[in-house]
Amino acid sequence: MRKLLRRVLCFCAGIYLCIPNLARASGEAATNLVVVADTRRVSGVLKYIADTYNTDPWLFAVWAVVITAVWGGILGFVMDFIMERSGLDLKSRKILEH
Amino acid sequence: MEWLYMYMPIAGVNIFWPGLVLIGFSVGVIGGFFGMGGAWMVTPGLNILGFPMAFAIGTDMAHIAGKSMISTMRHAKFGNVDYKLGFIMVLGTFIGIEVGAQLVMYLERLGRIDAVVRYVYVLFLALIAFMVFYDYAKAVKKKKAGAVEGERGTEGVTWYKTFHKLNLPPMVHFKTAGFTCSAWLPSGVSFLTGVLAGFLGIGGGLFRMPALVYLIGCPTHIAVGTDLFEVMISGLYGAFTFSLKGRIELVAVFVMLTGAAIGAQIGTVATKYAKGYGIRVAFGIAVICCMISIILKQFGFSNSSAALILTTIGLMCIYISVIMFKGAAAELREKKAAKQSSHPLS
Repeated sequence: MRKLLRRVLCFCAGIYLCIPNLARASGEAATNLVVVADTRRVSGVLKYIADTYNTDPWLFAVWAVVITAVWGGILGFVMDFIMERSGLDLKSRKILEH
Repeated sequence: MEWLYMYMPIAGVNIFWPGLVLIGFSVGVIGGFFGMGGAWMVTPGLNILGFPMAFAIGTDMAHIAGKSMISTMRHAKFGNVDYKLGFIMVLGTFIGIEVGAQLVMYLERLGRIDAVVRYVYVLFLALIAFMVFYDYAKAVKKKKAGAVEGERGTEGVTWYKTFHKLNLPPMVHFKTAGFTCSAWLPSGVSFLTGVLAGFLGIGGGLFRMPALVYLIGCPTHIAVGTDLFEVMISGLYGAFTFSLKGRIELVAVFVMLTGAAIGAQIGTVATKYAKGYGIRVAFGIAVICCMISIILKQFGFSNSSAALILTTIGLMCIYISVIMFKGAAAELREKKAAKQSSHPLS
């Protein structure tokens, strides 16, 4: 067990040490990236999203999570409703490995 | 043909939206079957469609959260989700993802991040592919020798048995998965897979699914379901943290989710008709194709890389759909026959 743990730790340390070197070898250093959403070409909800992105990152992040979860949930329930009508048994299965 | 393109206000690019729906659908099928978000397909896929890498990663995170929610709902009905195991792993995953995401931001300030992400990706994909095929070869050899182990049948790699010997309290029994182990085992595994997930901008399922099987000892079907539950939570957290950093294109997320909703049903129901090792081997093949495509891209063969990954996605979708539709047709036939034999005159 200890031997295994030692190997895992050595491997992780190797990866940790290699990553910055790889990054430096990959190209010139970049300045801090700042992205601004272009609100001139969109309207309605899209404009609201783009505006929120530009002005309030926290609100934008909350909206991103809430809307994703709600949309995922709605689609899940709709698909569930449809699949229940397929006649398949969707509540049991056998576990067979090989 | 302008209507086929949608303007993405945050990334500032025009994107071919049917491509987004198709990516969502394919990833829904494959992710639901293998128990992962499918970011290894989405990130390069979005990149091919024209998203900058930094946006591809964040957008991907949000999409896999929504898609995994749909798949988890279906897997939960099959009894494939061990919630206790999932919740124990959540904390390690969260901390790990944050460490990984911070590492990405740090490397972004140093220079181009794309190459580093690809190197790390390739390394871990190679490890996973090796593990899957080594396990399969070992299981086949054992079966030929007539060895049958436990209620799960013949198993190749059983590293989890060594890890289960770790007697570090608190010890926890996982009823759905059917084993007892130290809570530190799933916590530690989830932390490590979380770091990789945050760094590579994926939900972590690609690493967590094999880790759940080989290191923690879940049956494949439970690993698939539990992992999707985990991907859902880590994906939502990832979506939040990448949104805060401004690396997400919300419009693309919703377009992709629409396709994913249909695909996820096919992939998830297909697991009912597949054996554990069937899922593992198909997973290994997909991982190898993904790895080769990334290597090709790194050496400037972008078109070949795109062709390979799209072919893999297409073939996997067909393979999984065939399993699902053949299994479903057989089940419906059996039900019909049983009904006719119980009411022969009707």
